[in-house]
Amino acid sequence: MEYQTIIVEEKNAVGYLTFNRPKQLNSFNETMHQEVSKVIKTWAKDSQIRTVVISAEGRGFCAGQDLNDRVVDPNAEAPDLGLSIEKYYNPLIKLITEMPKPVICAVNGVAAGAGANIALACDIVIAAKSASFIQAFCRLGLVPDSGGTWFLPRLVGRAQAMGLAMLGDKIPAERAVQLGMIWQVVEDEQLQAEAKKLAEHLAQQPTYGLSLIKKAIHAAADNNLDQQLILERDLQRLAGRSSDYKEGVQAFMQKRTPEYKGC
Amino acid sequence: MTYIKTSSPKPGVVLIELNRPEKRNALNNATLQDIAACLQNLETDAAVKAVVITGNTQCFAAGADLNELAQLDVVSIQQDQRPLLWKKIDEFSKPLIMAVNGYALGAGFELALHGDMIVTGENAQFALPEIALGMLPGAGGTQRLARLVGQQLTMRWAMTGEMISAQSALQQGISSQVCPPALTVQYALELAGKIAKQAPLAIRAIKQSLKSIHEVTLSQGLKLERQHFVWLAATQDRQEGINAFLEKRKPEFRGV
Repeated sequence: MEYQTIIVEEKNAVGYLTFNRPKQLNSFNETMHQEVSKVIKTWAKDSQIRTVVISAEGRGFCAGQDLNDRVVDPNAEAPDLGLSIEKYYNPLIKLITEMPKPVICAVNGVAAGAGANIALACDIVIAAKSASFIQAFCRLGLVPDSGGTWFLPRLVGRAQAMGLAMLGDKIPAERAVQLGMIWQVVEDEQLQAEAKKLAEHLAQQPTYGLSLIKKAIHAAADNNLDQQLILERDLQRLAGRSSDYKEGVQAFMQKRTPEYKGC
Repeated sequence: MTYIKTSSPKPGVVLIELNRPEKRNALNNATLQDIAACLQNLETDAAVKAVVITGNTQCFAAGADLNELAQLDVVSIQQDQRPLLWKKIDEFSKPLIMAVNGYALGAGFELALHGDMIVTGENAQFALPEIALGMLPGAGGTQRLARLVGQQLTMRWAMTGEMISAQSALQQGISSQVCPPALTVQYALELAGKIAKQAPLAIRAIKQSLKSIHEVTLSQGLKLERQHFVWLAATQDRQEGINAFLEKRKPEFRGV
């Protein structure tokens, strides 16, 4: 399958999705939205793919919306910016957060606007030392979209979230780790290798169990403790029925390394 | 029974599974007949205390059978046996719990609304899509739903056919519990099991008392409730219930 805006590779149970519009700093246009969502939808259902890595070509990660698609004629009627959010960005964020397997984001350069929030929607975010995050929306009179206003306060707390969203400063990767926005920073030349290592490790883990963890942690953001305790009970019931759990217990008893199948 | 499977996974509890997966459990006349006939048998079986109806993990029931519907003209629709079948389901006097995973659309939603309680999976989706076919819900959809959630939402849902998620069904009081789809039937059976251990005559009185709320005024309803209350005083199970409580033991109800 040939794609115009992304590179897709499947290897060792890992799906690599690489944004490939480096000249436009990998900003999203319609084609890119369609291609990305198609690939992620396929992988969500493909039991052969047990971890997904999202990364990008060139010096930037993703600059969000391609503003060439949004030139505003001062005399024309106001554009409906909600349209592309409803049609593309929101479904994309839900695809990532509801994907029943780990999604790693390897941020190779600047992640701005929706590009930053797509990264934050992923489960484990690692960034190159030279990468940065910018909630650029406020500079244009806009609101952080693609989940930005939801992820930020949950990741870094309200005070930092307000600062990030209202000032739109460029946050270097190391500061992002300190704030708890992302998981890890690595040397630039190490980024792809680290992402691959992490992904290949996760792809051998009990995928179904990981998907339940992901579900529980996402639900925790909205649940009170009672609700969450009930959810944990339910998910543990389900996890207890999985063949990976059986394998895990057996391997422990037999003092060997478990071989997980992901179900 | 061609289109349903029945089993008894717990003492006193019967599970009816709609079994027409290739048609997404569309409720054709034969399926409805199977359900009605099955319930009629269970009605007189004293060993049966509660019933759970479910579909499969993807689909509860995706509606009526459109091929059958398309053949009906105004005359044959007047002689249709379906209203009679729905009535039989409605008249079942024992607790009826609906375990809904996936789609419960049109007649499927209406079947679910015939239940005394609904337990759903997170993947449950309800809707009344009849409007898209130039029809209206014809098995109590507009009536039962409006009594549950009121005019605003019922108008909206019946006039647009919008999907109703499991979460909003819970919020609006259409269901009493949401759980992971793989646990829906288990939890519905546990609920049925709890009910099956109670005094059957009191359970029956509760169901009758509650089912009359939309038929009678409050003062009439209170009178009926009082009558049930007085009548239960003549039952041995009531004595057993009170004795067991005072003697700090578990009651053994015998339905007498």
